[in-house]
Amino acid sequence: MGDMSKTTNTRSSRLIVLAPYAWLVLFFLAPFLIVLKISLSQSTLMQPPYAPLLALDAGWQGLKDFFGALSLDNYAALFTDALYRRSYLKSLEVAAVSTAILLFIGYPVAYALARAPRRWQAILVLLVVLPFWTSFLIRVYAWINILQRDGLLNDALLALHIIDRPTTWLATDSAVYIGIVYSYFPFMVLPLYATLERMDESLLEAAADLGAPPWKTFFLVTVPLSLPGIAAGALLCFIPITGEFVMPDLLGSSATLMIGQTLWTEFFGNRDWPAAAALAVVLLVILAGPILLYQRREARALERR
Amino acid sequence: MRRLSTINIAALALGLAFLYLPIAVLVIYSFNGSRLVTLWGGWSLRWYGELFRDAAMLESAAISLRLALISASAATVLGTLAALALARERFHGRLLFAGMVYAPLVMPEIITGLSLLLLFVAFNFERGFWAIAVAHTTLTLSFVAVIVQSRLATVDRSLEEAAMDLGCPPLRTFLTVTLPLIWPAVASGFLLAFALSLDDLVIANFVTGPGATTLPIRIYSEVRLGVKPEINAVCTIMIAVVATGLVIASLLTKRSQARQDRGALGARL
Repeated sequence: MGDMSKTTNTRSSRLIVLAPYAWLVLFFLAPFLIVLKISLSQSTLMQPPYAPLLALDAGWQGLKDFFGALSLDNYAALFTDALYRRSYLKSLEVAAVSTAILLFIGYPVAYALARAPRRWQAILVLLVVLPFWTSFLIRVYAWINILQRDGLLNDALLALHIIDRPTTWLATDSAVYIGIVYSYFPFMVLPLYATLERMDESLLEAAADLGAPPWKTFFLVTVPLSLPGIAAGALLCFIPITGEFVMPDLLGSSATLMIGQTLWTEFFGNRDWPAAAALAVVLLVILAGPILLYQRREARALERR
Repeated sequence: MRRLSTINIAALALGLAFLYLPIAVLVIYSFNGSRLVTLWGGWSLRWYGELFRDAAMLESAAISLRLALISASAATVLGTLAALALARERFHGRLLFAGMVYAPLVMPEIITGLSLLLLFVAFNFERGFWAIAVAHTTLTLSFVAVIVQSRLATVDRSLEEAAMDLGCPPLRTFLTVTLPLIWPAVASGFLLAFALSLDDLVIANFVTGPGATTLPIRIYSEVRLGVKPEINAVCTIMIAVVATGLVIASLLTKRSQARQDRGALGARL
């Protein structure tokens, strides 16, 4: 842009930046600082149930009280209480296993989408995305219909003589995995499809011309070239699944207690806000690495285009 | 080269079946005449009738629609501004800004919900409809920003520069040059924001107050009590609305795309 236009539109530029910037600082960044503060407060029986925030009108004394009142008790509890530890580990386990399953079943679908004739591709991609636009509650509910004791899955398995007695599907780990894989399927398929679709097909032809069998071409050429898509899909699934609340709550049992539910119970059930805040801070710390990785990739991908 | 092998076709068929079978079951059972969800009692519109007599459910639907309209509109404005800032401006704190725009895309909802609630409590902001509207705007403006930004990256900047060199003020340049070029992205951003707001349960449940029971919160509390045929009917209606909206949106973008392609062709001739 020329120097002249730069000087004439600085005021509107400033407004363009300022409005969303201020909004995000106020409603995205500031809340995290408050969570951090409350996670360091003692739980009380007041309304709201935590020791007050910074009392600025008390001046220097207020500031001293503020830092004096900070305590790490809530964090200490996180490490000593087996329930918390177990739900963090369970969350990470569920997220890792689900992401692996998603990759395993999403890859063939994305690959087929990318290889489909051009005029079919748009409609096929739309078909994959369409369920993502319907409420995830609907999608979970659809599976409750199918998985319940006298539901369709048991009916089908009984009719096929695979089982001779109805099996319990709901309130098991399998149900949680089915629900999560089902809900996050488009999040895995779309990034994979985006990289596979851009892949230079002449590389595959070259490999074939040089005598590589198709499976070898696939593992030595296609998969390495699609690594950016694999990383994007895996991050896009792993991060939110770790904090998932609805799937384990509606489809799982007490054995599939994930950190989202523990936080929820701490907050709404026990009304222990400081404990819930500490749980959120630790979850955020655990996920900080993957989130930063995802942001960097996203920002770079957009700049490159 | 572009031919699908049997394996590819099988993968696609299985993938689509996995995606659509549960929804198909849900839709079919919403027309089931029997009260037992698992027993087929013949085709019937009985549950739709019951649904339209359920005042609480209708009220929740109205709240959710109003909420989605307000928050999606605000998110579209703020998200488009954020996309313009990221794509066109250089400023201090750009890295922090980019981080704040992309983070909500993957941030677990439970963290966003908790932190917004604590903000509202700390500042004595009344919990309820407007708190949810602010929360949804914050969440969805990121999605709008990403969609619009990727469209902006493909727009030829020389058009904007030409307009400004000819003395067109920035706002007018935006309205008459940039916006017509990016509006399909702005429109799909709005639709996505609308759908996400209609969909959200976790964040809304944190910041809601009396009189602001959204449709997902209502459905969630019913589903926790077990499967009810009426819920199948609500879900079917929601699916129909979303599908219709999507088809219209894709037709609209296709038309504007075709018009733009024709325009580009005309310019070249």
